[in-house]
Amino acid sequence: MIDEIQKRILAEVADLHEIPIGAYNIRANGVSAARNTTANIDIVTKTDKSGIDIIIKPGTKNESVHIPVVLSRTGLKETVYNDFYVGEGSDVTIVAGCGINNCGDQDSQHDGIHTFHIAKGAKVKYVEKHYGEGDGKGKRILNPGTAVYMDEDSSLEMDMVQIKGVDSTIRNTTASLAAGASLVVRERLMTHGEQLAESSYTIELNGDGANADVVSRSVARDDSTQKYVSRIVGNSRCSGHTECDAIIMDTAKVLAVPELAANNVDAALIHEAAIGKIAGEQLVKLMTLGLTEGEAEEQIINGFLR
Amino acid sequence: MIELKNVFFEVEEDGNKKTIIQDASLTVDDGKFVVITGPNGSGKSTLAKLIMGIEKPTAGRILLDGQDITDASITERARMGISFAFQQPVRFKGINVFDLIRLSAKRDLSVSDACEYLSAVGLCAKDYINREVNASLSGGELKRIEIASVMARGTRLSLFDEPEAGIDLWSFQNLIHVFEDMQAHTHGSIVIISHQERILNIADEVVLLRRGVIEKVGTRDEVLPSLLGIATDMTACAKYGKEA
Repeated sequence: MIDEIQKRILAEVADLHEIPIGAYNIRANGVSAARNTTANIDIVTKTDKSGIDIIIKPGTKNESVHIPVVLSRTGLKETVYNDFYVGEGSDVTIVAGCGINNCGDQDSQHDGIHTFHIAKGAKVKYVEKHYGEGDGKGKRILNPGTAVYMDEDSSLEMDMVQIKGVDSTIRNTTASLAAGASLVVRERLMTHGEQLAESSYTIELNGDGANADVVSRSVARDDSTQKYVSRIVGNSRCSGHTECDAIIMDTAKVLAVPELAANNVDAALIHEAAIGKIAGEQLVKLMTLGLTEGEAEEQIINGFLR
Repeated sequence: MIELKNVFFEVEEDGNKKTIIQDASLTVDDGKFVVITGPNGSGKSTLAKLIMGIEKPTAGRILLDGQDITDASITERARMGISFAFQQPVRFKGINVFDLIRLSAKRDLSVSDACEYLSAVGLCAKDYINREVNASLSGGELKRIEIASVMARGTRLSLFDEPEAGIDLWSFQNLIHVFEDMQAHTHGSIVIISHQERILNIADEVVLLRRGVIEKVGTRDEVLPSLLGIATDMTACAKYGKEA
């Protein structure tokens, strides 16, 4: 039976199965299955290692790039390097989804290493969805690495979701921001079973007026383990905010490690972290509306991770 | 019809037994508008929670239309047609006003249907429908959304725990209209815990609770003098004196 959370997520990753509009590169089981380039967006296969360069011309407006990855063969392990060069003054959306279906006994693993070079004044929205399924014994492993270099007055909004089915993930994100650059990160994570998820951020605010807002909301169920490390370094007149909000359930473990480093008297940095179980009164309220305890829990988690 | 038969509620505090509700028996007939009143700490909220199933009596029985629901869960009672508006509405991160109204109505509700409930409690619907039911809303706003959610349920027994608290910006007359409308639509009964004389004024029956004991049940005129006569309870006197 598909519950409401799964339904929503399936709908969210469903665009993996459609042919997107605009530029795209679909990678399936280790090879490029389909590709489309546009007048403004070029996709070039790397010659020295596995992966692609995505080159977006300066001034490109309202275009999108989809680079979904699908792994359906058990035992496949790959590391892929994707480099994005976003031209000055452009405004684009990049969608990078990864879905693993592992019904076999061997581990499947995809490590996507993404590097973003965002030129002056460019605006990027980046959406990354991770999803795993399959009832085999083989694990589904995703270890994304993301490095972001932001020029003056550029902006990047990263929306990263991993809700279900990924056994192990170690995510490492670094960013360095020049003057006036703006970074917003929204991470939503749910772990269950014996899953492990680690997410660490290092954000360097190097130019005057740079700002970063990194917010993680997570739910740890069953016997899963989560670790969230967020480090914001203020080297200039800048502002930074990081927030970790976690719901802990069953016998899960959650570790939140905040770190703020101010190397300039005008750096304004804030950290917030909260870990706790679902409030009993929230369950009671929804039960007074006729929901069972399980349905109430599902609604609360569904809303929290929205 | 809801019946309480010799209901007790006791808790252990520092190893001592403390009686919160003592031998309460009460019948609320269908279509009745009943107000439970009494000094602070007299057990009014506990009584309402016992009816909803949020607390379970340590002795006695609770019957809904003759059916014993003493051991029924909150969910079961909700499905049987009991609703409860909390004194302090619960906040949720991520759940928005529309979700709450939709879950309350238990049907596929359109946004405009949901908006009608919000308008009825004096909220400009389009400003609120997508707001999260979280700390960004004021106490009074949450209170009105709570009332709207109970309206959307439209059940035959609706319990309101001090609905007037924090709604100072909204007129009392509107709140009373909401209760009258609800009664006209559901033909059910409404039980309100209140200190407000204007709410007592429209009650079919007033129940006076003091120190966990139902002291008196009757019309407003019958009960109010007893309440005001409790000279030892300065809190109640001050409260009623001010509101009158």
